[in-house]
Amino acid sequence: MTDLASPAVMVSSRSAENRRDIGIKRRYAAERRFRAYGISAIAIGLFFLAVLLWSVVSKGYTAFQQTTITLPIEFSEKVIDPKNERATDPKRLQTVNYPVLVRDALVKQLGIDPKKRPLVKQASDMVSDSVRTQLRDIVVADPSVIGKTIPVTLLADANIDSAFKGQIDLKVAESKRKVKDQQVAWMNELAEAGVLKKSFNTGIFSFGASSRPEAAGVGVALVGSAYMMLIVLVLSLPIGVAASIYLEEFAPKNRLTDLIEVNINNLAAVPSIVYGLLGLAVFVNFAGMPRSAALVGGFVLTLMTLPTIIIATRAALKAVPPSIRSAALGLGASKMQTIFHHVLPLAMPGILTGTIIGLAHALGETAPLLLIGMVAFVVDYPGSPLEPSTALPVQIYMWANEAERAFVERTSGAIIILLIFLVFMNLGAILLRRRFERRW
Amino acid sequence: MKVLKLTVAALVASAAFAGAAAARDQIQVAGSSTVLPYAKIVAETFGETFPDFKTPVVESGGSSAGLKEFCKGVGEDTIDIANSSRKIKDSEIEACKAAGVTEIQEIKIGYDGIVFATDAGNADLALKPEQLYKALAAEVVVDGKLVANPYKKWSEIDASLPDAEIAAYIPGEKHGTREVFEEKILAHGCKDAGAVDVIKAAISDEKAAAKKCVAVRKDGLAVDIDGDYTETLARIASNKSGIGVFGLSFYENNADKLKVATVNGIVPSTETIASGEYPVSRPLFFYVKKAHLGVVPGLKEYVEFFVDDQMIGPDSPLAEYGLVAAPDAEREEIRKAFAAGNLL
Repeated sequence: MTDLASPAVMVSSRSAENRRDIGIKRRYAAERRFRAYGISAIAIGLFFLAVLLWSVVSKGYTAFQQTTITLPIEFSEKVIDPKNERATDPKRLQTVNYPVLVRDALVKQLGIDPKKRPLVKQASDMVSDSVRTQLRDIVVADPSVIGKTIPVTLLADANIDSAFKGQIDLKVAESKRKVKDQQVAWMNELAEAGVLKKSFNTGIFSFGASSRPEAAGVGVALVGSAYMMLIVLVLSLPIGVAASIYLEEFAPKNRLTDLIEVNINNLAAVPSIVYGLLGLAVFVNFAGMPRSAALVGGFVLTLMTLPTIIIATRAALKAVPPSIRSAALGLGASKMQTIFHHVLPLAMPGILTGTIIGLAHALGETAPLLLIGMVAFVVDYPGSPLEPSTALPVQIYMWANEAERAFVERTSGAIIILLIFLVFMNLGAILLRRRFERRW
Repeated sequence: MKVLKLTVAALVASAAFAGAAAARDQIQVAGSSTVLPYAKIVAETFGETFPDFKTPVVESGGSSAGLKEFCKGVGEDTIDIANSSRKIKDSEIEACKAAGVTEIQEIKIGYDGIVFATDAGNADLALKPEQLYKALAAEVVVDGKLVANPYKKWSEIDASLPDAEIAAYIPGEKHGTREVFEEKILAHGCKDAGAVDVIKAAISDEKAAAKKCVAVRKDGLAVDIDGDYTETLARIASNKSGIGVFGLSFYENNADKLKVATVNGIVPSTETIASGEYPVSRPLFFYVKKAHLGVVPGLKEYVEFFVDDQMIGPDSPLAEYGLVAAPDAEREEIRKAFAAGNLL
């Protein structure tokens, strides 16, 4: 900045007075103005980025904590298997009314009169409905727990979770909110006793979709996204690189290749929903591939990513100086050897950067998946890319439309997870470029 | 590299299998976003109750899109059930037939109320279809003549209404809810306001006249919401005097942020909707392909589970979420009709 100021001082000095006016002052002013514009443009950009991140993080960080209630559950034989049939009929353990066990434990913990039905109902509403499967899995995995009392950590109901995190305004009339005063009193009582507490929410990473916010997670979506990214990588990298090497190094320059180039550039700008329509028509309707499958999603996203990769690869190939090619050819290498031994390795950082950016783009895409049935409620983990699954941005979209309050934080939580993935991918692209980049 | 090779091999193999369409063991459902939360609860509970069957996959995308998918044909690669927030249209039944879907079973799951709500900080609001019509119609009758809607404030329509600019967030035209809104509010309001006769006098074609009645003003005071109710909620949060259209279940989940308006003096609730006192409600349906029953594992069990009282009864999880249960006799009728295999 001092360099900038000193010529201005010279201009105003006495010796300069006799010189003809060449507009130095004006030109320096213009430059200063331009710098100010640039800085303000960056500042505006940063400001909006900060607002976006702040709104996502401030709403979403609580999603990584979940309220749990640890209760000593008595796996009473009277409830689970009154007639002692489990040896002959193991399926019997599947259909037991397990929530009763939790209800009894909670009633005991809180000292409620079991005859007061409405109170008991309010108390049992404080734990998630997912306790049924949780306890069932415990008993089925190890039937020897029957008859014992062991402490089990249960998920609190989403409304209690929200209330405990202070997201529900308790000043609103009781009839207008989902959490009743009695439940809040119990919640505070349990929290004081150390039974109810917040802990790290591993469920948001491992659970599949659920209509119960406390039992909902991005697990299935993560697997679906991983399948799709794998398919996109495996398909679009070789196809894209091969296409661009041919176009850049071998293809004659004529009208046809010009037309292809224009079309590739156009395809890169086509709205992604169009690829979804194409995928629906070709892969699902014509080829008869299964709906909602990650395989089809991967194919559609491959089509979408190809132009990006081809354009990036061609640019990277073009950036390799012709002297490298001439030297290789001059030493007797064939054209093929020149490209694969010399040009391609030098272009690799650019190609990889383009690929990773293309993948990151594909990772965040929802629109093309809508039409092939991947915007869906999927509970079970897909065992293969052929089974129904969903994707991370789709999960965000679906949670954003949910009515329950507890999904608000989860939506932002899922956005944070997606952003972390994107940051890592882009960081990878930068590191690769740093590591392999050569300057001439 | 080995991993890469293996994945390529696996992909090629799976692509080859995909063409042959391996037997599907998972129920596929698509359709209405209004029915989606209910279908999700049932699907999830079904998966938990019947560990032998996989949890059904429920897509969202709207009633029309779901029915279109449903009518693509019969077989493994088509969906089994279409959720719908309206009755299937004759044209859709025709399209189904043309594609070979001749046997469709209609199942009513209950009723959904449509409520008008504003920000919780506002005063109590009592609306009538006539007032809503005057506030939202493209053209209203003033001094016996049809003119472009002149009302800018609610208080200009009726002194009992708030002195605030009209701002209504209504479902967009792709929503099934819009149809109910037009039919139950605008068409009724049109009649109550005495506009029907004037319109009929001006337009001889009956269909065009009926359309005129439900045409919504396009000057920006009535805003079509093409997203879901969460978007409507966000609009109301930013414009406190705005009025939004919600499903009853959505309102009940956000009752601390919203104040619901009465329609004709009736407060919307599951009771008033079930009894028919509250005027704006509609039945919710799903449609199932009879040809898939017994072929797709668990489909029959799923439908039976759905229509059971433990799902759609008055004390069921669906009712807790906001579904208005059909009367006892009607639910019994629904179960009987499905068991008997009644077709459309």
